[in-house]
Amino acid sequence: MRHLSRTPAALMVCLAALCAAPGLACRPKAQGVAVQNKGSDTMVNVAQAWAETYRSVAPDVNVEVSGGGSGTGIAALTRGTVDIANASRDIKAEEAALVRQNTGRDPKDHKVGYDALAVYVHPDNPLESITFDQLSGIYREDGALVRWRQLGITVPRCTSDEIVRVSRQSSSGTYDFFRERVLNKRDFKLGSRDLNGSKEVVELVATTPCAIGYSGMGYATSHVKMLRVARRAGDPAYPPTVEATWKRTYPIARSLHMYTLGEPSGPVKAYLDWVLSAQGQRILQESGYVPVPPSAEVDR
Amino acid sequence: MTAARDTIPVADGRRARRSFGSVAAERTIEAAIRLSGISAIVFVLAIFFFIFREAAPVLVSDEFKPLEFLFSIQWYPTSVVDVRYGTLALTAGTAGVTILAMLLAVPFGLGAAVFVSEFCGPRMKETLKIVIELLAAIPSVVWGFVALTVISRLMVQYTSAPVGVNMLNGSIVLALMSVPIIVSIGEDALKAVPDSYREAAVAMGATRLQLVFRVLLPAARNGLLAAVLLGVGRAVGETMAVLMATGHAVQIPHGILDSVRTLTANIAAELGEAPAGSAHYRVLFLTGIQLFLITFAVNLAADLAIRGVRRK
Repeated sequence: MRHLSRTPAALMVCLAALCAAPGLACRPKAQGVAVQNKGSDTMVNVAQAWAETYRSVAPDVNVEVSGGGSGTGIAALTRGTVDIANASRDIKAEEAALVRQNTGRDPKDHKVGYDALAVYVHPDNPLESITFDQLSGIYREDGALVRWRQLGITVPRCTSDEIVRVSRQSSSGTYDFFRERVLNKRDFKLGSRDLNGSKEVVELVATTPCAIGYSGMGYATSHVKMLRVARRAGDPAYPPTVEATWKRTYPIARSLHMYTLGEPSGPVKAYLDWVLSAQGQRILQESGYVPVPPSAEVDR
Repeated sequence: MTAARDTIPVADGRRARRSFGSVAAERTIEAAIRLSGISAIVFVLAIFFFIFREAAPVLVSDEFKPLEFLFSIQWYPTSVVDVRYGTLALTAGTAGVTILAMLLAVPFGLGAAVFVSEFCGPRMKETLKIVIELLAAIPSVVWGFVALTVISRLMVQYTSAPVGVNMLNGSIVLALMSVPIIVSIGEDALKAVPDSYREAAVAMGATRLQLVFRVLLPAARNGLLAAVLLGVGRAVGETMAVLMATGHAVQIPHGILDSVRTLTANIAAELGEAPAGSAHYRVLFLTGIQLFLITFAVNLAADLAIRGVRRK
């Protein structure tokens, strides 16, 4: 072990070098108020984009964003350690009860946008659209679809012809939402690659010709193909677009929420108002999500 | 003579004065050192107790079936229709990844230890040791990143693997992480072999290869075994890199290119969101105990093996 003893010293030197580099890491905390914002991994990149731009809108307010999953965010709200919890699903009744029990206040829901879960395949895959039945056949515990040829297609460079299922870890809101909406609350087939992030799903599909995966449409890149989705065979299949999400024709879409303890006030309220403003919603759209329609802003 | 006689009472006086002032301090320091020695035992027991206390309530609950826990591959901790806690696939994943990693790491690690200690010149030796230390300094999340981006791509390109994150990828990363430990400790073990052995072998006309295989390796056997087992310990316990490299799929692997999930990665991915006190949370702690027992068994086996070797 003697040889390893120099390791910590070497690490310290590296860290010191990082700190010395301007604006890289260890940035000193901004002066003023801090707003704690935690939750959904689906929302973490847009939440970060909001927080960064907001620094130029209100320099004395520092919004600190972290991910971990919708459940983690709401749990943190229950403990009172965050001001705003991001969630890519509705708060569950028992979670709301827990918030009330622990803090004495009701969680207040702010709808800040929409997310359409896209079904991704490799660009070489000839498939263009897919139905809920086919997705269930692929992903659900009792599903019989394991080869691409069962869908009537041959995928180039996928020699094994195996459908490589890419999924999310069981604690993720995306996993919950896909199971509820597409699999009818039944369980996933074992043996899927359960990745720990939305972006990882898209990256893995991009490098794997045999793969199919689901993730927020905000994570789409030019290296993957998004499928059109139909509820039933024979129904029209809709692509994941803003219009289809607004009209609720795209079947795997959901709203994005920010929860606060009771009616927000002060800097938290100012921040949420700004998120719903034209600038905030433009940032949301640039991250690949669907903004709330103008009418929602009115009835808020 | 007179000078010597003169100094004795002075020396005695000093000793007497010390016994009042600093003996107490010395005792305190001694006690503190003894305490820190014993603290290791206390900590291990405390950790085991804490984990067991968190896990215990589920053992007696109706939701938990011990046979299912050990021998079923069905891991559905958050199911809404039928919750099942079977860990066989996770245990198989841990075992598979570790064994494959050791098959890769042991030849390289011991080979490197022999080379560094016996074959290379002093300058080369210093360089190699520094580079190997650097290898040990790379954080596991960085290894995971390398696995995910570099190894995974190469794997899809050059093997028939349908997906780049799999058991082989995880094993390569684990092998890279445990090689520095095996080399460091293996080299120490070889260095501890007295030079007289080497001189005797050379005097008998042994070639360098004969020297290594017939004299050094048998003589350093215990130390080398310890090196390998510390490597195994590293591989079994590693979490972040395997989480990113193995593909995190719950299944019994049928080949080295299948994706798997390990016990450690499973705890890391799920404990954060399992509500404290729920059955899922407690079962995750139970898998922690399982992991504890596996490493305990490995260490015990190693201890017995070393003793067996010594008796001969």
